[in-house]
This record gives sequence, C-alpha cells and structure tokens, in this order.
Amino acid sequence: MSEHRRDGTRTAGQRSSALAGRERLHPDRPEWAAGDIPPHRRPLPLITRDALTVRTARPTHDRLAALNEERHVGTWTPEVARLREQGAAIRRETLPDLEKYLAQLTGNVERNGGVVHRAATPAEARAVIERIARENGVRLAVKSKSMATEEIHLNAHLTAQGIEVVETDLGEYIVQLADERPSHIVGPALHKSRQDVADLFGQLAGDEVSGEPEDLASFARTRLRADFKAADMGISGVNFAAADTGTLALVTNEGNADMVTSQPRVHVAVMTVEKVIPRFADLGVLIPLLCDAATKQRVSVYQTLLNGPRREGETDGPEQLHLVILDNGRTKALGTPQEEVLACIRCGNCQISCPVYRTVGGGHPYSAVYGGPIGAVLSPLLGERPNQDSDLPFLSSLCGACYDACPVKIPIPDLLVNLRAAHERRQPAARTARAGWRAWALAWRTETGFRATMAGARLAGRLLPDGVLARLPGPGRGWARGRALPPLREAGAFRRWFRRQEESRDRDRRQG
Amino acid sequence: MRDVETDAGAPPRPARVALFTSCMADLAAGGPARATVEVLAAMGVTVELPRGQTCCGQPALNSGHPAEAGTLLDRWLRIFAPYDAVVTPSGSCAAYLHHHLGRLRAPAPEHRALVERTYEFSQFVMAYGSGLRLRLRGSVTYHDSCHMARTLGERRTPRQLLGRIEGLEVREMAGCDTCCGFGGTFAAKFPDVSVAMADTKLGTAAAGGADWLVAADPGCLLHLGGRARQAGPPVRTRHLAELVRDALVPAEVPA
Repeated sequence: MSEHRRDGTRTAGQRSSALAGRERLHPDRPEWAAGDIPPHRRPLPLITRDALTVRTARPTHDRLAALNEERHVGTWTPEVARLREQGAAIRRETLPDLEKYLAQLTGNVERNGGVVHRAATPAEARAVIERIARENGVRLAVKSKSMATEEIHLNAHLTAQGIEVVETDLGEYIVQLADERPSHIVGPALHKSRQDVADLFGQLAGDEVSGEPEDLASFARTRLRADFKAADMGISGVNFAAADTGTLALVTNEGNADMVTSQPRVHVAVMTVEKVIPRFADLGVLIPLLCDAATKQRVSVYQTLLNGPRREGETDGPEQLHLVILDNGRTKALGTPQEEVLACIRCGNCQISCPVYRTVGGGHPYSAVYGGPIGAVLSPLLGERPNQDSDLPFLSSLCGACYDACPVKIPIPDLLVNLRAAHERRQPAARTARAGWRAWALAWRTETGFRATMAGARLAGRLLPDGVLARLPGPGRGWARGRALPPLREAGAFRRWFRRQEESRDRDRRQG
Repeated sequence: MRDVETDAGAPPRPARVALFTSCMADLAAGGPARATVEVLAAMGVTVELPRGQTCCGQPALNSGHPAEAGTLLDRWLRIFAPYDAVVTPSGSCAAYLHHHLGRLRAPAPEHRALVERTYEFSQFVMAYGSGLRLRLRGSVTYHDSCHMARTLGERRTPRQLLGRIEGLEVREMAGCDTCCGFGGTFAAKFPDVSVAMADTKLGTAAAGGADWLVAADPGCLLHLGGRARQAGPPVRTRHLAELVRDALVPAEVPA
C-alpha cells in the first residue's frame, strides 16, 4: 500500500508523481517565509524579531555556525586565493561593456541552434516562458535549481496557467513542498532538519518516512524519476554563460540539471544579464572557485555544459533550447559603485559567514528572494518596484565577514553603507532622522556642542531612573531592550579626570 | 624621557602623542581612555588631549549620512594634524579612519600620513612599549572586534600584548571573531537580533570559563557588558587597556 503511494497516486489532471499527495500537506511556516512575497511587508525589525522565536531559528543558527567554522578555518588556501584574484578580475571584465558580451553570447547561442529572448522585467520573462510552454503544449515542467526563476516567481505563474512545475533539486523540492522560498542561495532547505524533511515527506506519502539521509534522498529520487520521463519542458538557471562559444554552464551535485536539460522536448534556461562571462576558458577558474566557496569542494559532482539543442545523430538533448536573459533592474547599477554586486557568482558563502543571517535563522526574515548580505545589496536593485527592500542594508552589523568570505571580492559592507545613504536620501519617512543627524553634526562640530551633549547626558543620568531613560524616544529605547544602560551620570568623567591630572602635573613641574 | 629604548625595527618613538578618546568613551565608558593614558605614562609617553575633539563621524556614515560624517572627519583631521602620533582605545574608530578616509574624501597626502600615524592602543604599546613589565594572575578570552580584526587587520597584535602579561592565561573561544552584535546603530535598530548575537558570544565566553572577556573596543564592551549585567550569561568584560593597566608592574627606580 505504502509502496504504491510512494510511487505516487495521481489525482485527475495531475501528471507529476513527485507532487502526488500534495493535498495532504499542511505547511507550517510564518507568512514571511512564503513563496510569494507579500506586497506590503511588515517593518523589518518586527519580522526579524518574530523570526528569532520561530522553532527552526536556533537549530538553523547552530547548523550554519558549524558550517561556517568548518569552511572558514584557514580561509583561502594559496591555490584558491589565486583563483579568487583571477575570478574577481574575470567577473568585472564584462561590466564596462555588458551589452557587447550579451550580443556576442546571443550570436553564439543562436549559431548553436538556440533561441534567445531578452526580458527587461519579471513580467516579460514570465510571458516569454508561458508562451513557449503554450506553443509546445506543455503540461508538466521539471526544474533544476534557479534563483532567477525564484526572482520572477515563475512556479506560481505557471501553476496558475495550469502547468505543473516540479523542483528537482532536493532542497528546492523540499521548500516547494513546504510552500516556502529558499532560505539560502545554494542550500534552499538549510533551515530544515532531517526530521522536518522526514515529516514533510511522510505527510506527502500519507505514511511514515524514515529520517535517514539515504532514505530521504531515495524517496525524492523515486518520485522525481517518473517526472523526468513525463515532463514536456525542462527549466534551468545558468551559472555561467560563455560569450565566445555560447556555452551555458550549470553546476550541480545531484545531476538533476543533466536530466532537466536533456530529457524533456523543450529546455528553457533563465539567466540574469550579469551571468555572461567573456570566455569558455574562464570556466576553469570560475567553476572551482564557485565550488570551493559554496561547498568547499574542489569541483562539483556534475558540470553540465550546454551547446545548443540536440543535433542530427545525437542521442539526447532537447529539440528546442531557449535562453531567457533577464535584466530586472540590474543594468541600472552599471557605472555606479553598486555595479560590484553584479560580480556575484551565487555561492552563498556570505550568507553562511554572516552572523546576522545565522541569528535570524536564515533567509526568510529578509522578506526578499535573496537573503543575507548579498541579498541586502541586490534586493533593493531588483523588481518592478525598485527600492522596496531599501531598508534591508540596515540589517547588518557591518562586521565585514561577508567580504572576507566573498570569492570574487565584492566589498559588501561598503555597498551596504552606500545603500543606507541612498535610503536615507530618498525616504520621506527618514526626514526626521535626517534632521536629527544634521543637528548632531552641527552640535559636535564645536567643543561647546559636544560638552553640552555630555552635560545633558549627565543631567539625564542623574535625574531620571533607568526605567524612565529606557522609555524615552530615540536610540536609547532600542538599546534598553535587553541591555543595561551605561552609567550616564559619569558622562565626561574621563575629561575631568584628565584635566585634573594635567593640572597636578603642571603644579609638580612648577614646584620641582 | 625621549631616549627610552624603542623596539627593534620600529620608527623612533613619536614625541607629541595625542589621545583620540572616541566619543563613546568620552560619553559612556571613560575607563579605557583613562587606562590608555596610564599605560602610556608608564611607557614614559606624555599624552595630550586635544580639547576640541568630538567624533570621527563613524556613526553618521554607517547610518547613511555621509555628509555629516564628512563634516566631522574634516574636523578630526584638523584637530589631530599637529601631533606626531594619535592613539585611540577604539579599534573601530582607528579602522574607520584608515578605511573610510579615501571613501569620504579625496584625501591630501598629509591627511593620509596623519591616518597612517593613528594607532589603536595595542598597536602603539607593541610598537613602543617593550620596556613595560606586565604581570597579572587570571585567565581571559579575547573577543576580536570586527573592525579591528577585519578592517584594520589586527588579530595578532592584541594577542601578542596579552601574551606579554606574565601569569595571564589566554583561552581562545570558538568564534572569537564572530560579531558580538553591537554594530553601532544596528544595536538600537534591531535590538532583538543584536541581543541574541550578544547572548551567543557571551554564552561561548562563559562556557570557556575565563575570568574576563577582553576586547579592544569600547562599543563591543558596552554592548556585551550591558547585556551581561541585564540578563545575559554572567561574563565580566574588560577593555584591553584596562587589563594592561591592571597588569602594570611599577618600574624599579635605579639607585
């Protein structure tokens, strides 16, 4: 009975075996972890506060902290440090003339028999993919991991059009079943324990599923295998696209990208503009660099290199290959200091190294597709409503661990500081804060002003009990949540002590 | 006093040394500044306190107000220009000056030179304090403050200084360079996240069983100490300068 179910009892109109039994799932997740981003999210400090009490937050923190220890001990080996320098240079080579490289890539992909589509917005990208699906009578699509398709909320869109979409990366499959967004760029289900996954699979199967890693993987594999065979369309991302050959490179450990790009009749690859690299040969630097940063592997188990659809006499590969190149606000960053973010190779290393990301239990509390430090820089650039995530750059202690962990040397802390300034300039709500900082700078431009601050603090410390101080508006209130206030009555005590010392020294000198 | 020995390889000891207190130490945590003066005095260095100093501008820049930060930075550069060296008990302020000078301004060569001769406390003591005798019984664990460790690149020097204190046991904790959660205004903007990070740090320090958690940044210590006093794991915090001052052994006066 259970065997039968595990193979997937399909309901009417359903083709996917992997998703069979989905109606039995009762996802238990906070609303901000949902697949679709709520258009008007709650204020960030409230989301992050709630995130700390989510059941999975602490275990995720511990898991990520252990990973971080493991990966960052000894940091870069000399060999990888060399790759890092080369990789950083390669990733910036295309930026001054991105359009030229994209044109070269397009020409070569088309020469190889592929079809290239440009999409300025997520809506355009969705429309293109939907049209391809319709023209080919697609009812079931299998996907390999792709953040670009997360960015455009492709799954929800295709599902609404009656096309079943199945994630085939194990982590993505798990978060799809749980109806969540990926919490990490490389490890989408990093916030889930083995038992969480076993429970989820158990609900899906309507039967108990063992929590052994092999059993979990085998459960997913069995269910996904049928879908690889039945799917009409394969959807993938692109890790790198070589302009000089038109090669699309995909890096996986599960081999699912090989299946997705070779089994179905139609393959749609979705890449964002900055994924183009100058030369095929650069893969020799970038793939090992990506693998080291993402998982501390020298190279991943599978590297899928695609040079067009199936040719005459070939045994596998799709009949059609479509490449969708998405901009979604990125080219606006070109020529500004923020363009550095386009060097990102999506290794997720900054996320693991970030103590804030770890503390809030991973990516969901960022309330954006991309969480963590890189997400805080990238998210405000993206979307049909740019700047909607412009407060994300404040969710960082600017500790700098992300820069140390970045395999292509993106100065994330500096970019965060730039974005904070942009936010403060633009937001009407920040006007009060702006006035406050201006007044502060004006006051502290003189010694008198600084002394007045010290005197004021001293007076407040003397007159008001800590309980009252903690309730006053301003930064003190946030500080007082959980921390004892400093002894304000002693503000300026050091200067007084120093002057007394100086006077007694002078006295001694005069007498001596 | 100028002829006191200097360490091999180090440039001659600067004659006029200014203390950059850091606004935080001035306002809320005077102990580290005072200890810095006392340690430097024991080295035979007379410290001057430029009267007009206020703040280097770091809080403003990090909060998204570069214009205001620039105003205070210009002022800082003017006030400290006359000195041969500047010493600060705040690793973060020292790192800020080194890193952000070029980001905020197109600096003149003399500004660069001024920042080059601006030392964080342990840097100065290790460069010019080889004559100090230090002894203190007990155990400490060292917290690498982020800007000090990553921006200024100083992980070794403070540890070398701790290593010079006879009788002191240094116990490294796991994640010694993980952020404590202070992050300037981050601590007030996201208090819950900030406090959770402090608890992680304090928890690791407490598990190690050292007598003191030592750091070279008044900001981290205000945050960690404030958390420990309020509700966090019971850990005693101490600024590196205060610990070194406590460890000073009076020099023997030659007969």
